Amino acid sequence: MKKLLTHMKGYIKESIISPLFKLFEACFELLIPLLVANIIDIGIAHKDKPYVVKMCIIMAILGFVGLGCALVAQYYAAKASVGFATKVKHSLFSHIQTLSYSEIDTLGTSTLITRMTSDMNQVQNGVNLTLRLFLRSPLIVFGAMIMAFTVDIKSALVFVVAIPVLSLVVFGIMLATIPLYKKVQSRLDKVLGVTRENLQGVRVIRAFGQEKEEEEKFKISTANLNTAQKFVGRISALMNPMTYVILNIGISVLIWNGAIQVNLGELSQGEVIALYNYMSQILVELIKLANLIISITKAVACGNRVQSVFEISSSITAPDSMPQEMDTQYSVEFDNATLKYISSNEPSLENIDFKVKKGQTVGIIGGTGSGKSSLVNLIGRFYDVCNGEVKVNGVNVKEYPLEYLRDKIGIVPQKAVLFRGSIRDNMKWGNKNADDDAIYKAIEQAQASDVLASKPDGLDSYIEQGGKNLSGGQRQRFTIARALVKKPEILILDDSASALDYATDAALRSSISKIEYNPTVFIVSQRTASIMHADLIVVLDDGKIVGMGKHDELLNSCLVYSEIYSSQFRKEGV
Amino acid sequence: MKKKNEIKMSTVKEVLRYVGGYKFLLALSILLSTVSVALTLYIPIVIGRAIDLIIGKNNVALDTVCELLVTVGVIALVIGVIQWIINNINNIITYNIVKKVRDEAFEKIETLPLKYIDSHSYGEVVSKVINDVDQFADGLLIGFTQFFTGIVTILGTLVFMLTISVQITIIVVVLTPISLLIASFIAKNTYKYFHTQSKTRGEQTAIIEEMISNQKVVKAFSHEDEAMEEFDEINTRLQKCSVKAIFFSSLVNPTTRFINSLVYTATALFGAFIVINSSGTEGALTVGALACILSYSTQYAKPFNEISGIISELQNALACASRVFEFIKEESEIPDDAEAYVLENARGDINISDVSFSYTDKQKLIENFNLNVSKGQRIAIVGPTGCGKTTFINLLMRFYDVKNGKISVDGYDIKELTRNSLRQNYGMVLQDTWIRNGTVKENIAIGMPEATDENIIKAAKASHAHGFIKRLPNGYDTVLTENGSILSQGQKQLLCIARIMLCLPPMLILDEATSSIDTRTEIKIQEAFAKLMEGRTSFIVAHRLSTIREADLILVMDKGKIIEQGTHSSLLEKKGFYYNLYNSQFDAV
Repeated sequence: MKKLLTHMKGYIKESIISPLFKLFEACFELLIPLLVANIIDIGIAHKDKPYVVKMCIIMAILGFVGLGCALVAQYYAAKASVGFATKVKHSLFSHIQTLSYSEIDTLGTSTLITRMTSDMNQVQNGVNLTLRLFLRSPLIVFGAMIMAFTVDIKSALVFVVAIPVLSLVVFGIMLATIPLYKKVQSRLDKVLGVTRENLQGVRVIRAFGQEKEEEEKFKISTANLNTAQKFVGRISALMNPMTYVILNIGISVLIWNGAIQVNLGELSQGEVIALYNYMSQILVELIKLANLIISITKAVACGNRVQSVFEISSSITAPDSMPQEMDTQYSVEFDNATLKYISSNEPSLENIDFKVKKGQTVGIIGGTGSGKSSLVNLIGRFYDVCNGEVKVNGVNVKEYPLEYLRDKIGIVPQKAVLFRGSIRDNMKWGNKNADDDAIYKAIEQAQASDVLASKPDGLDSYIEQGGKNLSGGQRQRFTIARALVKKPEILILDDSASALDYATDAALRSSISKIEYNPTVFIVSQRTASIMHADLIVVLDDGKIVGMGKHDELLNSCLVYSEIYSSQFRKEGV
Repeated sequence: MKKKNEIKMSTVKEVLRYVGGYKFLLALSILLSTVSVALTLYIPIVIGRAIDLIIGKNNVALDTVCELLVTVGVIALVIGVIQWIINNINNIITYNIVKKVRDEAFEKIETLPLKYIDSHSYGEVVSKVINDVDQFADGLLIGFTQFFTGIVTILGTLVFMLTISVQITIIVVVLTPISLLIASFIAKNTYKYFHTQSKTRGEQTAIIEEMISNQKVVKAFSHEDEAMEEFDEINTRLQKCSVKAIFFSSLVNPTTRFINSLVYTATALFGAFIVINSSGTEGALTVGALACILSYSTQYAKPFNEISGIISELQNALACASRVFEFIKEESEIPDDAEAYVLENARGDINISDVSFSYTDKQKLIENFNLNVSKGQRIAIVGPTGCGKTTFINLLMRFYDVKNGKISVDGYDIKELTRNSLRQNYGMVLQDTWIRNGTVKENIAIGMPEATDENIIKAAKASHAHGFIKRLPNGYDTVLTENGSILSQGQKQLLCIARIMLCLPPMLILDEATSSIDTRTEIKIQEAFAKLMEGRTSFIVAHRLSTIREADLILVMDKGKIIEQGTHSSLLEKKGFYYNLYNSQFDAV
């Protein structure tokens, strides 16, 4: 949380003015009991009605000025807290953008989204409340004590004892309950988990006849939640009664002491009332303070969660300066590359070793989880190898500035994602400066011209979030076009023709082979048909290369390949 | 409006029904609250009396003051204990009710017809069980603690003030509600700012979701700067309207405080006058009484200041409660007949006669469906998307009931069987894999929780899942998360297949069971399936025609009807729909 607060910079003026005016307001409030004491001691005692009126007018004026101060304070608190949150959100968003695939995998996108939305709202709220109340409440508590000193030192000693005792109770209970509330929250999450799981798995659960067992499980999780809730409830239920008792004992002692002093002629009746009023003010403010602290602890917890995102730095760091590119015939080289994901203890790719010449087409084929996607992700350095090297144009990918490296590469990811906005906006992801001609060209190359033609507004047609208003195949072709708009040196198709029928797939491959800038192409696929014409086919099994060569060679030499082939082409084989 | 009120009334009744289970505790809570409020209000009177005895030098009745102050201490202690008891009672009632409501809601989930679950988003239902119930609990607690005590406090202070001074009471009663009026005036006028704020917040959430959940694409295209720009634009707009919304809404508190201080001043002013005027007369207002009434006036104002907040909380809680209750009252599946037959180890003869079915009345789907399957037959179902394949499975498993006609297994109409026993006779693997939160072992053993490790591993080996499971960080004890995100789609399918390899039910339904598994592993699994299917009636849905070539009977479905049926070769000879479908797969090669 502390580090987050550096974002308060720029709102220092506001963060000072706001509590300051709150202080003024509190000071005025503290004057009220003194005025009331005067009304009693002077006004009533001497039956001086004009004096009473005068004091009451002063009280009203103080109230009005207090209102003015409060408004100023609220305005600046709102301005500072919102400004602060806006800045943090900005930095957070930009920080998330720097994270690499590994970090995104570990954190999970849903966590990142909650951190940026609901957690940030809590933080903003916390800052706002802090600015408004955090000085006010302690001031009234201690101010009341100081005022008590000005009235009578002996009586003030009661305050000196009562305030720490009250604070001890309030903060002690608070501290004790915070971890318990966390436990409640985590048990509630568990209940949520079971609920969601049962909805998603309703068919499986019913198919296996597990309804009763699931109900039992759910009841256990709600019972756990219930126990935790009651336990924390029992402790926090102590707060109000205990403070109430302490306060009233304090008041009794105060009045007793006052009575003795008055009897000795050292104190007036009105002053005793003033002291009594100050004591009463303390409790209200202490409770406010306590509630404030609850909100603040929540906000701090959220703030820490946000902070923890900031603390995760990208595991991939890249130099800013351009490396010397080699004059080499190889576009991409894998040199004994081994990749291990953070979450697994066995490498996903082992000793990958092959070279691809510029302009060649490489097919990558293999079973589920054999490491096909992992392999192509290494080219754009989305993950770092833990052993060996990956080179692009003869230079280790680790020596390129990331943006420069990725500008060379056009990727069509497995999951065809488009973004809200026009088709043109989406195409421009590939190249900001692309003109319509270039876009049309890329769309044509991606075999998506007919999809575009079917859209009433052409390139201006609106695409909904995730491209929901397009079919899977249409989306895939647009994502291919988006990569082609880039005119990449290296084009990677990561199983990106799966939703296309065989004819379109074939047409796509032939159009890509005719591209005039002649990119190096990587095609990842499960279909032999998609890669059988490649210059080089890499067969992966369990993260290892089990075969490499052209189609005809592999059919004879590679068992895995021939098995895949025959499973798909048994018709020809028979 | 009237209807709305009726809904509210029925919700309130429903709430009372739940609360009614705690009649004794509730009565105790109300009784204790009343006692506590009364005692709380009595304390200022005692203190007032003590103050009245503190008049001046050598004019203090110290003995009586001491007695009075000890009374204050004792009463405070009693109040403290009572309040703690009340708090605990309220917590117990609330949290127990909440548990009961959640349990009932969950039981509903387990018995709801699939029709409901299929047509509502999971998020919607989850939010009912979690958020709505939570809000309801908050409302209940507030209702018990603040609302009730608030009313008692208002009434109590009124009575006490009246006993002290009617005139001052009138002043307090007339002036205090002004703060309420002002608060509602401000609330009304800040609504529009809140509206813009929540709209802009929605926009921001949308872009966060879009960009962050597709962070990989953003990075692949080095689109970070553009995304940032777009985000900042919304962020700045949100900043502007948030400041306004927060500022205007925060006006309420200081303004009501201002009004309260005016009321306090007025009370002090008139009180002082009355004290001065009446001094010396019989029944004169004393200074102690004035101090007491001043303290009452603030206590009286407090519930008024909180009341708008409390009412909106209560309304919100009621709205949430009504959503939850509505859900709990949804109609469950018609329960199994008491005499329903428990089907054990079915032979696997299935007869479907004259079945028709549709999800909505408007759109007919399956009509006059007839099929006779005998034990051990392998039935493949093919056809374009939306042809009714999945619906057919829904009917076989009795996830949905047929509109007309009848499906029977081993001669029993499936409506005469317990759902549970019918379903357990099928081993079903669906395209949409579902992995539960738990270990790999638990996931495989879902249909047979008592299975031994040995059997589980055997099942995993049979489904070719053993290889990748072994490589997981903790092998079979690896905990899989909600979406099984550490597994690929294909691996999830293998786990689902392992489940039925463990149970070995007499009939099988495989709905695109191997769609995400690579063809090579698929071949191996097909071999395993082939072994499994021997002697077992099985239904196979698949896009890949290669996987269904060996079926005894192929049903070609389109628009809910069987348009062709026969074996692979007979259908090819026929050169019909199937012939075209089959050839389209290899045309482009």
